Amino acid sequence: MTALLEVDDLTVGFERDGTRSAAVRGVSFEVAAGERVGIVGESGSGKSVTAQAVMRLLPLSAEVGGAVRFAGDDVLGYDAKRLAGWRGSDIAMVFQDPMSSLNPLLRIGTQLTEGLRRHRGLSKPAAREEAARLLRTVGIADAERRLRDYPHSFSGGMRQRVCIAIAAACTPKLIIADEPTTALDVTVQAQVLDLMDELTDRHGTATVLISHDLGVVSSFCDRILIMYAGRVVEAGPADDIIARPAHPYTRALLDSIPRLHGELPRRLPAIPGSPPFGTVPADRCSFADRCPRVQDVCRTNDPALEPTATGRPAACFFPLDSVPVEVR
Amino acid sequence: MSRFLLRRLPQALIVLFGVVTLAFLMTHVVPGDPARLIAGPNASAATVASIHHELGLDRSLGYQYWTYLRQAVQGDLGTSYALQGTSVASAIGHALPVSAAVAVLGVLWEVLLGVPIGIIAAYRPRGLLDRATTFGSLIGLSAPPFWLGLLLLYALAYKSSVFPLSGYSNPYINYLILPSFTLGLGGAAWYARLTRTNMLEALRSPYVQTARAKGMPESVILLRHCLRNVLSPLLTMLGMDLGYFLGGVVVIESVFGLPGVGKLTFDAIGTLDIPMITGAVLFAALFIVVMNLLVDLAYAAIDPRVRR
Repeated sequence: MTALLEVDDLTVGFERDGTRSAAVRGVSFEVAAGERVGIVGESGSGKSVTAQAVMRLLPLSAEVGGAVRFAGDDVLGYDAKRLAGWRGSDIAMVFQDPMSSLNPLLRIGTQLTEGLRRHRGLSKPAAREEAARLLRTVGIADAERRLRDYPHSFSGGMRQRVCIAIAAACTPKLIIADEPTTALDVTVQAQVLDLMDELTDRHGTATVLISHDLGVVSSFCDRILIMYAGRVVEAGPADDIIARPAHPYTRALLDSIPRLHGELPRRLPAIPGSPPFGTVPADRCSFADRCPRVQDVCRTNDPALEPTATGRPAACFFPLDSVPVEVR
Repeated sequence: MSRFLLRRLPQALIVLFGVVTLAFLMTHVVPGDPARLIAGPNASAATVASIHHELGLDRSLGYQYWTYLRQAVQGDLGTSYALQGTSVASAIGHALPVSAAVAVLGVLWEVLLGVPIGIIAAYRPRGLLDRATTFGSLIGLSAPPFWLGLLLLYALAYKSSVFPLSGYSNPYINYLILPSFTLGLGGAAWYARLTRTNMLEALRSPYVQTARAKGMPESVILLRHCLRNVLSPLLTMLGMDLGYFLGGVVVIESVFGLPGVGKLTFDAIGTLDIPMITGAVLFAALFIVVMNLLVDLAYAAIDPRVRR
């Protein structure tokens, strides 16, 4: 099976006030049709920038290197017209903050139908009808009337449902969801994820779910990439990564998920320090300063993403052995 | 909507009351005797005193103020000193259409020139057009209107008689184009800058990312998604300008010899025509207050969040 999305050695750099900072440093991954891939990492790990680079949403000042291919086509080479035709119809995105990602001055109906009319060539009444159907699909009652409402009369969870409806409107082959539940109340997070699960399952839509929450991602995705300081530090099937993490960072992320059973620690373990921002030194492991397993070599060489004893690749000189950890 | 008006109307009345009081006090406190101006330099003290009595200027300031207020509430703004027998209200009423025409056309120039230029400049920030706009708007902002007006008159009315030099007669539009353009050009520069800045800010907002991710072309993003969000701050300025212009643009009307409220005010100040000055100031304030109310109402029309 050929991959739907191929990201090959993607690099993104920003130059601000004369200093270059690398946000993404050589990320490669593939997403097959219908597959669900999760990208996990802390703030500043480059996961959102990766998604924006794929969607070509980065500002012109960003320097993007490497290759992004969608169904074999070179996305980075698309001209404006091709780009506009591709976005929304073949690929779509759900953003983090539903409060600001809908235009406050346009009716929900307008924001839902404009994509339908452009990509599917629907007439105005047909697009309205389809938009109402979409709203019902995402669980919004009284859909015809709500199409005339403005975003401010929807709650956060409802707005994110609208955003999902917008993304799913033209049944794209891939939806990138960038922290879709982070800005929502805990009580509606699960509902929104269930909705995404149902919609993508129904149409066989491939999904890239970006989150800092390994728990959320592991329940939703087939495969997971762990990102740290602009790199993929571990990749593999979701279940394997949860059961037998190879990279100390992955392990630390798993430890920092609150547990409800078993022997409970007095305090929730946290990872000391914070991820590097701005320029990351190239000749050392970027996680070395926070790593419990750090050795001298970690401070003089940068480990490459290589297969480990777990059978999965990890960027670590001293990966954790293949002894399974307790599954939650 | 009516509740909104109910809340705002008392505020507007208080402002108007304050303006009348200030205008009244200032014209009376200012040195110079209107009776002396009317009677001429050689008139006897008795003549001046009788004119004083005739105009009611021999009464106490408090009494005069009270009388003025009482009559103003009934729509009577007094009689002009200089234009014997003409009521202030009718003088302003005659001059108003001229000022209104200049004002409306001036605002039109501002918007029609400023907004598209601002949008174009924001489309490619730091591009050639953007730089040209920044430079051009600097000139538009810095050039004093009387100088610009004279320059236009020289080129387009004196050297080549495309437009008439001065005055106001049929066809009126010929006499209005140059003054309104002069009036609008400085404002257009402001509008262009404001549009550009707000547009660039709007382009950075998350809903623009959503629109891009939806596959909307840049033109749709600019005109459908951003322009609305840019319009609200522009509207405030537009309303203020219109109100301000309606009160009469003294310099422009003087340069182009237009018989508007601005010219009327200017002449009234020269002759210390107290009722006329106070009346003109009151009118100018009234327009600004009314336009502000209208702007607030228009806000509600553009932005659904304000409606509640």
